Amino acid sequence: MTDPAFPALLALLLPASAFVVLGVVAPLRRLGRPAAFLSIVFSAAALVAAIGALRLAGGGGYSVWLWSWIPAEAGPLATVGVLADGDSALMLVLVALVSFLVQVYSLGYLSDEGMPSFGRYYAYQSLFAFSMMGLVLAPNFVQLFICWELVGLCSYLLIGYWYTKPEAARAAVKAFWITKAGDVGLLIGIVLLWRQAGTFDFLELLMLADAGVLPLAGLGVITFCIYLGAAGKSAQFPFHIWLPDAMEGPTPVSALIHAATMVTAGVYLLTRTVWLFRLTPEVMEIVAWNGAFTALLAAVLACVQSDIKRVLAYSTVSQLGYMMAAIGAGFASAGFLHLLTHGIFKALLFLGAGAVIHAVGTNDIFGMGGLRRRMPQTAIVFVIGTLSLAGVPLFAGFFSKEEILGAVLAGGFPVPFAMLLVGAFLTAFYMFRVVFVTFAGAPAASPAKSQAGHHGGNSHVHDAPPFMALPLWILAVMCVGAGTLFAVWHPEAEFEAPGWLTYAAVGVALAGIGLAYLVYQRRAIGADALAAAFAPIRTAALRRFWIDDVFAGIYRRLMLPFSRLVGWIDRYLVDGILNVLSAGTLTAGNGLRRIQSGRAQDYVYGIALGVLLLMVWIRWPR
Amino acid sequence: MGLGAYLTLAAVLFAIGFFGVVTRRNTIGILLGIELMLNAVNINLVAFARFNADVVGMIFTAFTIPITVAEVALGLAIVILIFRMKRTVIADHLDILRG
Repeated sequence: MTDPAFPALLALLLPASAFVVLGVVAPLRRLGRPAAFLSIVFSAAALVAAIGALRLAGGGGYSVWLWSWIPAEAGPLATVGVLADGDSALMLVLVALVSFLVQVYSLGYLSDEGMPSFGRYYAYQSLFAFSMMGLVLAPNFVQLFICWELVGLCSYLLIGYWYTKPEAARAAVKAFWITKAGDVGLLIGIVLLWRQAGTFDFLELLMLADAGVLPLAGLGVITFCIYLGAAGKSAQFPFHIWLPDAMEGPTPVSALIHAATMVTAGVYLLTRTVWLFRLTPEVMEIVAWNGAFTALLAAVLACVQSDIKRVLAYSTVSQLGYMMAAIGAGFASAGFLHLLTHGIFKALLFLGAGAVIHAVGTNDIFGMGGLRRRMPQTAIVFVIGTLSLAGVPLFAGFFSKEEILGAVLAGGFPVPFAMLLVGAFLTAFYMFRVVFVTFAGAPAASPAKSQAGHHGGNSHVHDAPPFMALPLWILAVMCVGAGTLFAVWHPEAEFEAPGWLTYAAVGVALAGIGLAYLVYQRRAIGADALAAAFAPIRTAALRRFWIDDVFAGIYRRLMLPFSRLVGWIDRYLVDGILNVLSAGTLTAGNGLRRIQSGRAQDYVYGIALGVLLLMVWIRWPR
Repeated sequence: MGLGAYLTLAAVLFAIGFFGVVTRRNTIGILLGIELMLNAVNINLVAFARFNADVVGMIFTAFTIPITVAEVALGLAIVILIFRMKRTVIADHLDILRG
């Protein structure tokens, strides 16, 4: 068996069957724990299959299996299938790995849940794994779009997992809404592209693009529409506002969907169709600038957050901006590499944060403090993840981030490069701010007893149980391993990066760490003084730069009145015409029912009259 | 006698039958009217067969007579059932299909 499509298809179908079993067999789902084990076993098998697909496709070969779906006169209009090549197999392994680890982790994290909703959680997890793998392996835009919507649905369901909590339900709707706004763009882009090229298929489109027969007129609009979809999913400015709110979901969900896999779908889509975007350099420029802007904006926002998950969420937005910037600069492989490493270390950070939240019972970093002694294992893995994210050498994020910086510079974007460099400094600063406040120092003076609930305050804080610790350690080892691997075996870059770049990247990271150390550990610089120095930015950042308010304003001022107007037209004009028609019909029917006397002889008269009329009509002189 | 005489007889018989169907209030009377109308048709068929030297009309009649018998048997059975349920066979009272 040398065809990578076979194990890829297997990896795709395993979580699908787990979902079908859990979805159909309700008693099994309600049992909770057996449902979880079923889902975990299937996702472990999917991970094995995905690794098999990577081994077969790693050498640069690809394989595509297609089944026709929408038949049309000249060949099928749309197909479904799997397209297994190096990129999709790598992404497949990332999805399968993180999804497997998160499912194992959730066994411990959600152990307090009621068993029926525990089973529901695992059914959603399986559905998500299937949808995401279907997205990754999609051989055409149609299947990609379907899976794209499916992962959006899973995101909605899992953010709103605690749907009795109003904030969670609201955040779920917000996430669905904002990403949907981008998805409409994606759909329009796909349909326009089909009109232009006559096919949805990636390989056929690639051939058209390579042959240069794809008409360029109007292609910019198409790629921009596709970018809109990617920006919605990957939380690019101005669609980034849903991701921090999505943190209302359980932390393992944030790790899987809102850090490692689903939000990177937009980056993946652009990586996948970069040959299309290369034909429209003006859109590529937008992608690069907006990516860099998002990276900087989110980094600033992350600096003022005190909720550990929100810091990580803004950090995710920021890192997605890095990836987008690299793709926009024309070097998609750099963005894709950062996608993979980010998937690992951000999942690690989220799972570590989850362990902390699980133990302490609060999200507020200032309600923690001194956890280094009570949770030494968690502290170690969290610091490893933070070092990766900050871009310190020998850790996974260092190489990919430097690659992105080099790519943006080589692509001819000096200003975005500077923005990304500042962003890198801020990244190191805000992440080590969290580390120093949470793990170092003395325990918080007044631990949030009220929120601690059954965890019994700060005194019983301890390391995570084995089910939760194991995924953390696996991811931590992978972070270090990948970093060391890149240090030893340098994959050849597509561009020439200047020699000072490495020093600059490491320099800003160390400067950020140093500043955080001075402010939050040594307290040589007062945090208040720092806040006062950047007071305008800080105030604006606390209000999230009013972007949420702009969206709310658009909703209240524009969409709501428009909806009311349309509602009025529908209720009183459209329905009014119909009501008049139906009332007329009723009245006429009521009048005509007197004809039906029910007496057989009246009907005989009727028949006789009819026969008579027919005879007259036949004999009528013409 | 010519064909016209037979046809006139049939037409008169048909008219009498139709008059019975539309005027009788008793359901059995209506059935009798239907019988008269059917037999008027039979007379027509036989008369045409005789004068056109075409045997098909007679064969038709040979079929319609048993069918008429079956129809009467069914009709009377229905009338008896109606009488059992409604205690009446007056057609004017049987108007449960009134709109």
